[in-house]
Amino acid sequence: MAQRILTQNWYKPGYNSLEGYQAEGGFSSLRRVLAMKPDEVIEAVKVSNLRGRGGAGFPTGLKWSFVPKESPKPKYLCVNADESEPGTYKDRVLIEQDPFSLMEGIAIACWALGVHTAYIYIRGEFLEQAELLEKAVADCYAAGIFGKSVLDSGHALDVYVHRGAGAYICGEETGLLNSLEGGKGWPRLKPPFPAISGLFGSPTVVNNVETIATLPTIFRIGPQEYASIGAEKSGGTRLVCVSGHVNKPGVYEIPMDLTFNDLIHDEKWCGGIPGGRKVKAVIPGGSSAPVLRWDELDVAAEYEALKVKDNMAGSGAVVVMDETTCMVRALWRISKFYAEESCGQCTPCREGTPWMERVLRKIEEGQGEMKDLDLLMSVARAIAPYPPIGLGTTICALGDAAALPVQSFVMKFREEFEQHIREHRCPFPHPFGKFAEEVVRK
Amino acid sequence: MAAPFSAEQQKKFDEEMEKYLARFPEGRKRAAILPALHLVQDLIGWIPDEAMVEVAKKCETTPEQVREVASFYVMYFLEPKGKHVVDVCTNISCALRGAETLLAHLQEKLGVELGETTADGLITLREFECMGACGNAPVLQVDSRFHMDMTLEKADRLIESLRSQAGKK
Repeated sequence: MAQRILTQNWYKPGYNSLEGYQAEGGFSSLRRVLAMKPDEVIEAVKVSNLRGRGGAGFPTGLKWSFVPKESPKPKYLCVNADESEPGTYKDRVLIEQDPFSLMEGIAIACWALGVHTAYIYIRGEFLEQAELLEKAVADCYAAGIFGKSVLDSGHALDVYVHRGAGAYICGEETGLLNSLEGGKGWPRLKPPFPAISGLFGSPTVVNNVETIATLPTIFRIGPQEYASIGAEKSGGTRLVCVSGHVNKPGVYEIPMDLTFNDLIHDEKWCGGIPGGRKVKAVIPGGSSAPVLRWDELDVAAEYEALKVKDNMAGSGAVVVMDETTCMVRALWRISKFYAEESCGQCTPCREGTPWMERVLRKIEEGQGEMKDLDLLMSVARAIAPYPPIGLGTTICALGDAAALPVQSFVMKFREEFEQHIREHRCPFPHPFGKFAEEVVRK
Repeated sequence: MAAPFSAEQQKKFDEEMEKYLARFPEGRKRAAILPALHLVQDLIGWIPDEAMVEVAKKCETTPEQVREVASFYVMYFLEPKGKHVVDVCTNISCALRGAETLLAHLQEKLGVELGETTADGLITLREFECMGACGNAPVLQVDSRFHMDMTLEKADRLIESLRSQAGKK
């Protein structure tokens, strides 16, 4: 196993309790940070090259530096625990295994940003995890870590756990803010960015769970050391969560230079494909990311390495599909999700996502025509032309997220789509792969 | 309009709402709508119009605003549901581990279409989007609590246990 700096204590009995966390040196980073000036803390996070782990990979220190130092309004931190990107479950496991690194990270971030109120917005389906967090927050209040004076620093901090209620769009940071304000989770036009006008119109930082939970590690080993462990522009290690057709699915802390081929096949990691089958396709960063073909897997699972391939590290969700999987069916299932979850605010996404879903279902059911492929591509391009990533025509990136898989699947597996149309049927006896049947009937 | 709560439920609602409302600044009490709706659903199983009026009063907003929010999120039931809700994920990671077969099996076993409730009122079955447990696919939730690494056999046992619990009471 490569160097583990974030997860080395996971699964140790008692580590997810306050006592267990403190026994491993927990909250020493917070003590160190409270002796620093807030500006120094922000500078250190910049030096660490920490990038946001929610999906966009934006440099965390830079995001923090946009928050005005002097603000007549209160400032807020919102921890984004609305983990809903299909294939993604690292934050859930982090919350279960290491809730106090999240608590410590919150206190560190709030000191740096001059924040006195933090909200953890957690998706409604994570009821058990919300209960764990409520307990962790209460323990921190009781221990003087949260409350009127964080570890006797004089800095007041209140932390609240706020449950969502089932809407993917609330993972988008401004959708999250509208939901937290008690509205529909409709994303906002930017600018203004949340750092200037976020929650209740106040300066707000929205950071992912893993991002915040990494802060104690950075101040334990030092920001320079953290940066040096990573790649040139991406400090540290990162969590990936692997699912689908692999022998050992799970959350792995990986070095930034690990390739998808090694992650999938190496015994140290996922240990290959069930039944010794071959990989056909891999989704590298959540279902929003363009698909990678079997011959594109020698790329590192890191932000910049994927960016030059017109791809994205995204949320760290790696979904592996073996050679017996139908690409039309897989894409149809993904498109169905975006059609369901489009918030309905922007026309290209509201109209385009169900349109793409219907065309894909038609092809999968053997009713497709060759011209449907051009139609599919043209609808997708009208939402967000690809490549490159980032040309979307909608308020938020959900449109891009729906359009990228469609264009990449059709471009990279066109022959399979055409075969469905030519043969007027799906040629795969088990569209989600032979393994899907084997494992569920065990 | 009839009161949505019994006296005991009303007391609990008032107490809990006080806690939630304190989390938000003055003039921003609307932010407590989501926790308020979760609370209503915990207390009476679903969210009738009468309860939306109560939520609106507490959150300093209108019943229309509360309805707009309640109808946006899939976890809120605006009609009565079964005693238990079984949500089966069929998104990509679960599908790659047999979720479609699992869902079809549950439909047949329970004799319901998706979104329907069994005739005895015990179980509402729904198809659900990714729940964030993809490394233990296929997964389902019963009343928002996870059941992972499901197989047809485990699903059968789960349904039987829900039925026998109901029988005992």
